Amino acid sequence: MAYLDHAATTPMHPEAIKAMTAQLELVGNASSLHASGRRTRRVVEEARETIADALGARPSEVVFTSGGTEADNLAIKGLYWARRAASGADRVLVGAVEHHAVLDPAHWLHERQGASVEMLEVDEHGRVQPGTLRAAIERDPGRVALVCVMWANNEVGTVQPVRELAAVAAEHGIPFHSDAVQAVGQLPVSFAESGVASMAVSGHKVGGPMGVGALLLARGVDPVPVIHGGGQERDVRSGTLDAPAAAGFAAALRVAVGDREENTARLRALREELVARVRAAVPDVVLNGHPDDHLPGIAHFTFPGCEGDALLMLLDAKGVECSTGSACSAGVAQPSHVLLAMGADATRARGSLRFSLGHTSTRDDLDRLAEVIAPAVDRARRAGLT
Amino acid sequence: MSGGVDSAVAAARAAEAGHDVTGVHLALSANPQSYRTGARGCCTLEDSRDARRAADVIGIPFYVWDMAERFHRDVVEDFVSEYAAGRTPNPCLRCNEKIKFEAVLDRALALGFDAVVTGHHARLSDGVLRRSADAGKDQSYVLGVLTREQLAHAMFPLGDSTKAQVREEAAARGLAVAAKPDSHDVCFIADGDTRGFLAERLGAEPGPIVDESGAVVGSHAGSYGFTIGQRKGLHIDRPTADGRPRYVLSIEPVSNTVTVGPRSSLAVRSIVAERPVWNGPLPAPHAPVACDVQLRAHGEVYPCRAQLSGDLLNIELDTPATGVAAGQAAVLYHSDTVLGSATITSST
Repeated sequence: MAYLDHAATTPMHPEAIKAMTAQLELVGNASSLHASGRRTRRVVEEARETIADALGARPSEVVFTSGGTEADNLAIKGLYWARRAASGADRVLVGAVEHHAVLDPAHWLHERQGASVEMLEVDEHGRVQPGTLRAAIERDPGRVALVCVMWANNEVGTVQPVRELAAVAAEHGIPFHSDAVQAVGQLPVSFAESGVASMAVSGHKVGGPMGVGALLLARGVDPVPVIHGGGQERDVRSGTLDAPAAAGFAAALRVAVGDREENTARLRALREELVARVRAAVPDVVLNGHPDDHLPGIAHFTFPGCEGDALLMLLDAKGVECSTGSACSAGVAQPSHVLLAMGADATRARGSLRFSLGHTSTRDDLDRLAEVIAPAVDRARRAGLT
Repeated sequence: MSGGVDSAVAAARAAEAGHDVTGVHLALSANPQSYRTGARGCCTLEDSRDARRAADVIGIPFYVWDMAERFHRDVVEDFVSEYAAGRTPNPCLRCNEKIKFEAVLDRALALGFDAVVTGHHARLSDGVLRRSADAGKDQSYVLGVLTREQLAHAMFPLGDSTKAQVREEAAARGLAVAAKPDSHDVCFIADGDTRGFLAERLGAEPGPIVDESGAVVGSHAGSYGFTIGQRKGLHIDRPTADGRPRYVLSIEPVSNTVTVGPRSSLAVRSIVAERPVWNGPLPAPHAPVACDVQLRAHGEVYPCRAQLSGDLLNIELDTPATGVAAGQAAVLYHSDTVLGSATITSST
């Protein structure tokens, strides 16, 4: 079997499993005043410090959530509500290739809360140019509640010029949110240096457990809570803290960020080889995304004349696991909004597959892929585009 | 895999028999909620989840294939235009012919599969279609339009079982759909209101209802809302002289006239049908062959003599039949074996 879907989720690091399981055996609520509570609180706060340290943030800037999606929801809805209440700002500027965890809350704000949601166009590689953002803001700067542009794209792997974009927003005092779920552990990510107001991260994308993530919130950035309750996490995100998950997340992040340079050098080499071998097997394949500024482990292709779904099924049957990277509603594949935004037509957008490498990937995985890709593409071409 | 109990058990049996089985759920609407909601139908999000869950329990891969466009064109639009032309289509039969054993089969063969397996209650031995062991659930009629080529790539693992046995087996296999109600009616008409569905698409076209003498006895809002043999919903105020009920005898879309009359006038002995498919064990009958014919789903079976002449199939019934509607299939049987079929165009 070749697991080439690390951007969906990646195996847990042994350190994370150990840290998490150690906590699973113990009792204690981090909000309790007694000894067990204090012990648990210490675990959570140490996890928070580890995460802050790994991401160039202060511990007080780390708000634990149930994952990247919740972090994005809290940032987008919470900051919109706060800005709207404070200044009446109602414009939300969103990158066109954002993950649905960003797009859907933004659309919800438009449909249910009267927000004016405007898409920031991307170039053919999927990048939001700072000039695009500047022009959008300047149409009516006082009304912009927030800007959301992801750190790196989950489908095609293109890295956004986040620092430059955040600087443009900062000129107008507009909070800038970035979904960094795919970037952390793959790229150098420093919350403080980036200039973003908030940033979403996920545990399971860095080799930690599923069901935990964090929203990094700069000082003075105070979203209205989405989840109300016991007032945990600066009153921004109520709910009993998940100490085992926090411990596992922190341990994984320490490994992922600590090993990042070595790991990504290896991934870049593997990815280069993957691209070369797929090209050798399928000469007319098209590689999508930015040619240089891309995540080290993502290779996203269009296979002309194929339906991505059919190809995925054929590869799955041969033990190669990958993703179409596109969203499913009712299980029916829709053409990827990312590729459409990059200027692809619907046919090209539907004929695409993402292979993503991670810390457990080896050359054996590439051998397996190279063995089966050409016949699978042949088959899928015969089935055509329905 | 529709999300129902039959296709789940069929998949389980095919997998257990050693075949390399992949579960496929057909998305038949671009917007699933716009079709049937609740547990009655076969194309809701809930049904898709039920199918996926069954595939997981069986331990086979599962994919959703988007057939919405083909289904809309070949089944839904065909359904509407057939009614508009005064005929009474059978959309399930059309779906088998055009979707399951054409669009799906073609795609499956191209992708390297050998056959399409469905949960239909029918038997298939050596490529010959036979009635199900469960006479009450038999679906050979809606499969009777398949060609030999299509049948050669079909598998119906449930044919030897009764519905009760299938449900029992589903429960024993731990399939959550074991007790899910059967689907009914036309799957793409959410509320079961066929006339309303047609009226929405064809608009109101008021016209006369006449008796056999041509005297106007009532009016209608669209001749497409009627089926040969229909008695209810005619909304005729004047009772007949003899007090006997009236039935729809014929629908004439050009003059938009619906003719009604007594039950006795419904009886027909001769049927002409087009688009014959000869898929059974006998050679094509260029001389009359004695057999049985079924004229609608779950309908009666009539002894008859059938003969091919050119592109038409002529059927002479030994005993008269009633409620014979153009657009329905005439499926010929010899005992429980399907010989062939054709689409009814006229009857006298």
